[in-house]
Amino acid sequence: MIATLLSGDAPRSRVLSLLLLAVLVCLALAPFLFPGTRSLDTAARICVFILLVASYDLLLGYGGIVSFAHTMFFGMGAYGVALSCEYLGRSWGALAFGIGAGSVAAIAAAFLIGLFSLRVRAIFFAMITLAVASAVAVLVSQLSQITGGEDGLNYQIPRALTPAFKFMDEPVFGVRMNGKLLNYYVVLAGSLVGVLFLLRVVNSPFGRVLQAIRENDFRAEAIGYRVVQYRVAATCLSAAIAAFAGALYAIWLRYVGPSTVLSMEIMLDILLMVVIGGMGTIYGAVLGATLFVVAQNYLQELMGLAAGAFEGLPILPALLSPDRWLLWLGLLFILSVYFFPTGIVGRLRDGR
Amino acid sequence: MTHEILTTHDLTVRFGGHVAVDHVTCAFRTGELTAIVGPNGAGKTTYFNLISGQIPAFEGRVMLAGRDVTRASVSARCHAGVGRAFQLTNLFPDLTVLENVRLVIQSKARRGFSILSTAASQVALTERAEAVLDRVRLTAQAGQKVSALSHGNQRKLEVALLIALDPLVYMFDEPTAGMSVDEAPVVLDLIAELKAQKDRTILLVEHKMDVIRTLADRIIVLHNGALAADGAPAEVMASDVVQEAYMGRDLAELGA
Repeated sequence: MIATLLSGDAPRSRVLSLLLLAVLVCLALAPFLFPGTRSLDTAARICVFILLVASYDLLLGYGGIVSFAHTMFFGMGAYGVALSCEYLGRSWGALAFGIGAGSVAAIAAAFLIGLFSLRVRAIFFAMITLAVASAVAVLVSQLSQITGGEDGLNYQIPRALTPAFKFMDEPVFGVRMNGKLLNYYVVLAGSLVGVLFLLRVVNSPFGRVLQAIRENDFRAEAIGYRVVQYRVAATCLSAAIAAFAGALYAIWLRYVGPSTVLSMEIMLDILLMVVIGGMGTIYGAVLGATLFVVAQNYLQELMGLAAGAFEGLPILPALLSPDRWLLWLGLLFILSVYFFPTGIVGRLRDGR
Repeated sequence: MTHEILTTHDLTVRFGGHVAVDHVTCAFRTGELTAIVGPNGAGKTTYFNLISGQIPAFEGRVMLAGRDVTRASVSARCHAGVGRAFQLTNLFPDLTVLENVRLVIQSKARRGFSILSTAASQVALTERAEAVLDRVRLTAQAGQKVSALSHGNQRKLEVALLIALDPLVYMFDEPTAGMSVDEAPVVLDLIAELKAQKDRTILLVEHKMDVIRTLADRIIVLHNGALAADGAPAEVMASDVVQEAYMGRDLAELGA
């Protein structure tokens, strides 16, 4: 049963299995284990980024295709939900339409970019995605009548997914049974299903062809695979899932803006998460995204505490000041790439 | 005369000013094993590249089973029946031996785009892949990554991919290059088996004259990209022109 769900691709390392299980349990029980708005927000962000990073892993780790447009697809999903809820009104239909429209737009964009640039060299695709993604980001902030520009959009989602909706009067284990809780589980379920689907895709015949193309596209063509078609298909699939992750994010936040879903910074974060976790494993996305989002949210706090503890000593408090958190994150990244070039998952699998 | 499955008409390609393959017109018949010989740089591998489509032709045509495939892509020609084993080992290094072969079987079954079933669950395809590995004696290595294989075993796998494809036209480019004396017979026996089947066309680029002597039904000689001789082995070997001008000692040895 579990093997079927995981598509026969077991974690293949005891430590890795335990870590993945820990992440799953923590996310599943997050509202009860870590009460508070902020920790729930972090948990939801982790869910969304796991799916987003896993979809990027399909492209980079399995297909060997470098894209800088992944946040664009993510943003298309998010803006799909936002625009649809803003202009079609507050209903489940509008929400579903938004998810669908965002995904279709992402697939169409991926198809066009892929068709025109993947027949040439892989590096050309990377350049084109960079250009198109920047152009779209500019376009979204310029079209402020429609998209809200830099300010973004606040919109209404169905009431059942908002804090105003209470489906039980009494709190359970001190947690209020409201729409926000439901909303969190929608995000978690969406992410879980998405990751399991990706795991199936990478272990399917199609996934094997992608790996073959990554390893040796010349031979893949010679044994009868039309390399361009497979690369375009992988790009479209990956874009669709990224858009779905974006839609989940938009449902959670009830707000979208260029800096939350379209910025180049997020693109770099995705790259870091997939590399830290381990490319070409899908499981790497789970660990990479979890670690990264937690670090992003709590490293500053931890450093504030540390700086306080070392107060009075020379230099240390200055180095540990919360303002330096990016420095430490950078250092962590360099160390992890240096010591785990195959990512956490690769390291754990080798060391079994 | 048996059926002509593959023909090239005036097939030509130039690299800059250099004519690598020069108006080669030649027909290959089903059931026949043709050895392609010639000095290094004579255009043997380039001729192969033109037939299997890695290099587009400047002039001339390639006909496969009555169809003009001159403009067809490499993968389309593969499905039309041209299969190729490469001179330099050309595999998927990070995948296992079994996956390498299964990818070929899967391509032949046109299952590459199915995404909802796992590759491992396609038992029929896996069994066919295992049978191919058995034929090249690589069963014990099935679960190993290709990058961990010895050179000899990589050469065997290179041939195994072609066997798995089972095309109408088999093209071997120095299949035993760099193999040890006890490994090479495995590959040569397989080629002999294919020949004995009588329903496949085999093109073989080979330098080892003893191999050609045992296997070839026919020899064509390329020199400076042009067809210098074509005929039964004894005939070609005996030809003075070929011996002196084109092949030097190699072919003299062959005749001996």
